[in-house]
Amino acid sequence: MNGLHDVRLPAGPQAAALAELWTIMLWVCVLVFVLAMAALAISIRRAASNRHEGKAPAAIDTSRVSTLQRWIGGGVAASSLLLFGLLFASFRADRALAALSLQGAVHIDLTAHQFWWEARYEPHEPMLTFATANELHVPVGQPVLMRLRSDDVIHSFWVPSLAGKKDLIPGRETTLAYRADRAGVYRGQCAEFCGYQHAHMAIVVIAEPPDDYARWLETQRRPAVAPSSAEERRGRDLVEQTSCAMCHAINGTRARGQRAPDLTHLATRGSLGAGVLPNTYAARIDWVNDPHRFKPGVNMPPLTAAPSDLAAISAYLGALR
Amino acid sequence: MTTRSDRRGAVARPRPRARGLRDGDASPHSAAALKLERTWRDKPGLIGWLSANGHKRIGLRFVFTALCFFGAAGVMGGLMRHQLASADGHLVGPDFYNQLFTMHGTTMMFLFAVPVMQGVALYVVPLMIGARNTAFPRMSACAYWLYLFGGLLLFGGFALNTGPDAGWFAYVPLAGPQYGIGKRADIWNMLVTYSEATGLMVAVDITTTILKLRAPGMSLRLMPLFVWASLVTSLMIIFAMPMVMLAANLVQFDRMLGTHFFNPAEGGDALLWQHLFWFFGHPEVYFIFIPALGFVSAILPTFARRPVVGHDAIVLSLIATGFLSFGLWVHHMFATNLPELGKSFFTAMSFMIAIPTALQIFCWIATIAAGRLVLKSPMWFVLGFFVILLIGGLTGIMLGSVPLDLQVHDSYFVVAHLHYVLIGGAVFPLLGAICYWFPKVTGRMLNERLARWQFWLFFIGVNLTFFPLHILGLMGMPRRIYTYGPETGWGTLSLLSAAGQVINDLSMLLFVINIVRSLWKGERAGADPWQAGTLEWSLPSPPSACNFLVLPVVRSREPLWAPPAEVNNVSGLSAEIREGLTTTVLHAVPDTRYAYPRPEIWPFVAAVSVTAWLVWSVWSVPGFAWGLIPPAVAFIAWYWPNRKEAVEEVSWEIEP
Repeated sequence: MNGLHDVRLPAGPQAAALAELWTIMLWVCVLVFVLAMAALAISIRRAASNRHEGKAPAAIDTSRVSTLQRWIGGGVAASSLLLFGLLFASFRADRALAALSLQGAVHIDLTAHQFWWEARYEPHEPMLTFATANELHVPVGQPVLMRLRSDDVIHSFWVPSLAGKKDLIPGRETTLAYRADRAGVYRGQCAEFCGYQHAHMAIVVIAEPPDDYARWLETQRRPAVAPSSAEERRGRDLVEQTSCAMCHAINGTRARGQRAPDLTHLATRGSLGAGVLPNTYAARIDWVNDPHRFKPGVNMPPLTAAPSDLAAISAYLGALR
Repeated sequence: MTTRSDRRGAVARPRPRARGLRDGDASPHSAAALKLERTWRDKPGLIGWLSANGHKRIGLRFVFTALCFFGAAGVMGGLMRHQLASADGHLVGPDFYNQLFTMHGTTMMFLFAVPVMQGVALYVVPLMIGARNTAFPRMSACAYWLYLFGGLLLFGGFALNTGPDAGWFAYVPLAGPQYGIGKRADIWNMLVTYSEATGLMVAVDITTTILKLRAPGMSLRLMPLFVWASLVTSLMIIFAMPMVMLAANLVQFDRMLGTHFFNPAEGGDALLWQHLFWFFGHPEVYFIFIPALGFVSAILPTFARRPVVGHDAIVLSLIATGFLSFGLWVHHMFATNLPELGKSFFTAMSFMIAIPTALQIFCWIATIAAGRLVLKSPMWFVLGFFVILLIGGLTGIMLGSVPLDLQVHDSYFVVAHLHYVLIGGAVFPLLGAICYWFPKVTGRMLNERLARWQFWLFFIGVNLTFFPLHILGLMGMPRRIYTYGPETGWGTLSLLSAAGQVINDLSMLLFVINIVRSLWKGERAGADPWQAGTLEWSLPSPPSACNFLVLPVVRSREPLWAPPAEVNNVSGLSAEIREGLTTTVLHAVPDTRYAYPRPEIWPFVAAVSVTAWLVWSVWSVPGFAWGLIPPAVAFIAWYWPNRKEAVEEVSWEIEP
């Protein structure tokens, strides 16, 4: 799924503070580079005009050395001052990051798996909690506080337009807070090498106006919609009776697996396999039939079934709005 | 500080009781010189070749082998760039790609960068300080074989599709017992054990050589800067290498014996590995960078035709860099949940280490300004070093800032940064050093025109390959992905980068052609083609087996640029056995006579038996215990006193 992912195009206060720090660092470093190169060029020009042909090297006069030593001292002093300035800018950005108010924050528990993201909204409210995968919705203008855990190896959550990255480490709990100030789709993907399919572990954060967000929450909390046609009913039965149900959960059905993404509202999501394929009828058939064609090494086994069965499953999954 | 004359006199005029031929004549055709040549020559035949322990031969073996590994790892890097040249690339699959980048990183860091620097130091340091060999040449010989076998094990595993695939940093739990299945991570752990043992052995050898075998009069104040850089690096290696050997073995215990050092479910900690690894891993960058600073300090004065401005400041900078580099490791872990205040300390440290490097750059620029520049190929590489290293250093400051690092960490920005630092800061000076010392080693000059072509191609290629990666990192491209979709927009810059890699390949091809062609029909070099100032240029090219027919006495930093002195060498050492002089650590006053170890087959046998043990222990737990017996036998045999040699050595001694 497409979306904004650029450090230089921030959409919230955290990423904006970092983009500002980036700009400061960039221009200071450009200045230092230009000055140092100028010094090198000038010294090369001077060396070219120093013609002492025939003189033994050690006999070169040392009168200019004390001037040069003053220049060296000045250069070191200037570098140290600039570094102090950058240190100050860095600490200031740190402060800005910590200053984000968490009043009324949306709580999300994000657990990383090889190679997908499991999100649980409102984990402290048993009546309201629900799980989804690989796609987060957040309200514009409201802070988000994520608790980050890993189920297996180390992963890292990074959505460049919203915030800096944070590792998800087995046995340790980390947190990340951010806020989206503009509606939009923000893309990210796992940033810490996590094995075979590290490349295909994308996540999108969809920031939407609070009303839309409330509607989305309402939808997600409901159990899965009942199939409305014979084809969809057959699809549901197949999901419940084949290996799908061993790993996936669809609330309101007998599929209660906990090892793979929750499919209760799969049709509201934009992609399959953590960003590998668009969530279309045809792509669902291909994916269920052989996910390893698109994401070799994924933990989902291929489903050997008749084409008509695959079509029924895809139709049912497509109805899970 | 010069040598005290009474001591020198005592050595210079041996009593008539001394038996056998003594050195004392600098002419290469004298009887003593011919005898010295015979004494120091390696034994003939295969056994002699395997037993050789001359520092020049061992150093060259290290450099040659490391350059072969550099080529192999470069090809892997090229494959990766071409896989990523467009979206949804299909050149290689995920499994092979993960092996490729792990092998590329591991080979470059463990099998190329550190060994090549140590190899150059092994070759050059004794020549620069006026020694006939290194202090513990058999240990370095053994280290070479271990290094070679370790590298062959890694590449053998890779050829059999058992190449490590958890990254050169091998983070647990991905490389641990649960997720690192098969033998891939075991082979990585063994390679680390090998290469760190090698590094440690050579570092001990170089440290001792520098501290005890300097020519009389070469007090620490007169020691060349390259020797200083080698000393600082070797001391750092001695402190840092045991850490990663220990850590790799803890992972191996987790994998092999079921311990739980890194298993959070049993009270272990996954982050512990990161601390242990980076406590070694960050100084490792400086094991590579500091010798390169030494190359620059050796090459630049020669081509600026004057002693370096600010010699003492550069020495202090090298030492400061060595110390500070141990206080940076957490900046590889800013995205974890370590305490924020502690991270800020590491930001300050990361900024601070820029100051000694800046000071050195200013000193070199001042040296150029005060000198008269001769632009030959080694100097071109030094100028390239200035430009590329500076960019890498500045992006390094950005990465040292905790908040900014959260954005660029583990993105392609870091890939760009580290290649700028390591290529600019190490490979450019290394290529310069090869151009510089090639005539000394082979007796022939490299072709200047080809070397300049090589320089310009490499300079353009490196910038074209790695500059776009900065921008890709800011565009959100993470490291270590084997492919990406077209919707990410990363294709154009990746293609540019792949094109740059082709130019790098061309440059390296020219380098190989130049070396082969020059070995065959290069211009004869003579002893001192660059009119340089340090001791190695007083020797014929290539130097004779014993290096110095008479040991020099040193009175200045550039002995060859100083006016000739009244007494400029020490004589009276035996020509019948491999004898040298030890001097005191600070002032290099002659101390004792030293019988260098003779060449023996045991270092080779020991390396073979240690290899057998390590390989056996990968596949079998009992092998870990039983496999220790052959190395024990080999080491005992190596150190078994030889009565005949001892009697002979005592008989050549002179009573005071």
